[in-house]
Amino acid sequence: MNQHQEPPFVAWLPFYTLLQKEIRRFLRVASQTLVTPVITASLYLFIFGATLGERISVLEGFSYAQFVIPGLILMGVINNSFANVASSLFMSRYLGNIVDLLVTPVTPAQFIMAYTLAAMLRGLAVGLVVWLISCLFATLPWAHPFAAIGMACLASFLFAQFGIIAAIHANTFDSLSMYTNFIILPLIYLGGVFYPISILPPLWAKLSHLNPLFYLIDGFRYALLGVGDLSFLVSFGTVTVMALVLFCWAASLIARSYRLRN
Amino acid sequence: MLTPALAIKNLSKDYDGTRAVDDISFTIEPGEIFGLLGPNGAGKSTAINMIAGVTRIDSGSIEIFGFDNQRDYRTTRRLVGVMHQEIVIDNFFTIDQALRFHSGYYGVRDDASWRQQLIDRLGLKPHLHKVMIKLSGGMKRRFMIAKALIHKPKLLILDEPTAGVDVELRHTLWDFVREINQQGTTLLLTTHYLEEAEQMCDRIAIMNHGKLIALAATSTLLQELGTRSIMVHLQIPIPKVPDNLCCKVAELDATGTTLQLVLSANQSTGELLKQLYDLGLPITDIEPRKASLEEIFLQMTQAGRDEP
Repeated sequence: MNQHQEPPFVAWLPFYTLLQKEIRRFLRVASQTLVTPVITASLYLFIFGATLGERISVLEGFSYAQFVIPGLILMGVINNSFANVASSLFMSRYLGNIVDLLVTPVTPAQFIMAYTLAAMLRGLAVGLVVWLISCLFATLPWAHPFAAIGMACLASFLFAQFGIIAAIHANTFDSLSMYTNFIILPLIYLGGVFYPISILPPLWAKLSHLNPLFYLIDGFRYALLGVGDLSFLVSFGTVTVMALVLFCWAASLIARSYRLRN
Repeated sequence: MLTPALAIKNLSKDYDGTRAVDDISFTIEPGEIFGLLGPNGAGKSTAINMIAGVTRIDSGSIEIFGFDNQRDYRTTRRLVGVMHQEIVIDNFFTIDQALRFHSGYYGVRDDASWRQQLIDRLGLKPHLHKVMIKLSGGMKRRFMIAKALIHKPKLLILDEPTAGVDVELRHTLWDFVREINQQGTTLLLTTHYLEEAEQMCDRIAIMNHGKLIALAATSTLLQELGTRSIMVHLQIPIPKVPDNLCCKVAELDATGTTLQLVLSANQSTGELLKQLYDLGLPITDIEPRKASLEEIFLQMTQAGRDEP
């Protein structure tokens, strides 16, 4: 054996390897990570596209299916970006194999980038498939395609950061699922996926402006349909600020190895 | 003078007000096999985790081949391979995939020939494409050794590598460890099997209650701290220990036919034998005994336990 020729160090390789591992992790259980969310979204599409959608109209000039599809795409993006990083990082902490990373030269920046990018890829992949399936029910005008892609990327980035934060703060699987059940789902459902905020009574409409998901969903709908409750700049700006805040929070946790190192 | 493989200075760590590691300092020379021993909760794993970077340092410093493990952490972590006491695996992947990933985490491109050597040498080949969850405990340990070595570290840390493994694997493991040490890898190991430490280690440090209570070459430790004694079997019983017998402790058993004599520090066995001969005792057999590392270890750690 000859292990004592010191091998050259490739600075970007730790990031690339961690990213590769995270992608392989969700592909290995694709039935849970990709197929299940697509089936869930397809059921929504069937209900709101092929059945109820014919009978409801909430936005002039658009069918209900067209109205609801942007929100459903974004729901897939958000849920899966969050779930990917939250479950992977929490499991690593919970099972103790996070030490395999802590003893390596992976930097905090590489750590965040790898987990974030893998989560974004899963979220965007689910979003893409949901959109493809939605084509069976309705066609979207894609009014501002680059803005739509930008908004989807921003949504997946934002919820990947939230996933990192949740995975670090959660102590049990139950507490991790509370982030999904008590924060993300209510915010999505009350954020205007299924109805425009403008049809709500004034008080509820005002309260909805406090929901950060409202800006995300409204901005994405504007990009796809060309119509929204807010100006795109307000939506995009608000979401960007939120993403930056969560990124700084997650980065500070990882840089300090908060709850990762003793 | 060679840069030490590991230099620890005044290292301390507290957990919730309890001092887990208390101002320890020692160095390990390149190419050495160094044993860090101590009872459960002595602070060994905490010290190892601080060296590996898993646990933060409260005070003191750690240098690995001259690099500070806080400031130059990317360099020091490349130089160190760690096999943790607990089984640390990722159940999603196979041995083959996990070894490739581990090489990459260290910024080292996959070296297929080195990976293959580790797989062959540690008997991992038949299980290469099984996911970790399907491996036996022994196979997981073998994998963990391969994982610690995949990036060709210069300092290998083995924290209780033989805990709960069968005799065959223990032999395989120690043979392998000797082999990689002969090729230049420095080793820091902890084990509860003190006989193994006695056979493997060039130097031994003993920790208790977070403090370093002994540090010496294994042979010196055995010589200086170990007691030497002889058992003298007699043909006919004697009523009491002969007077004027010059030794540290002399005890006669209940049958009056066996004398246990503990030698003083600088006393030679020949000197004591001459005395016995001069006394004209009816000796049938003599059994010399040396204290094992285990006895020394118990003696030292027990002493620590008795302290207020």
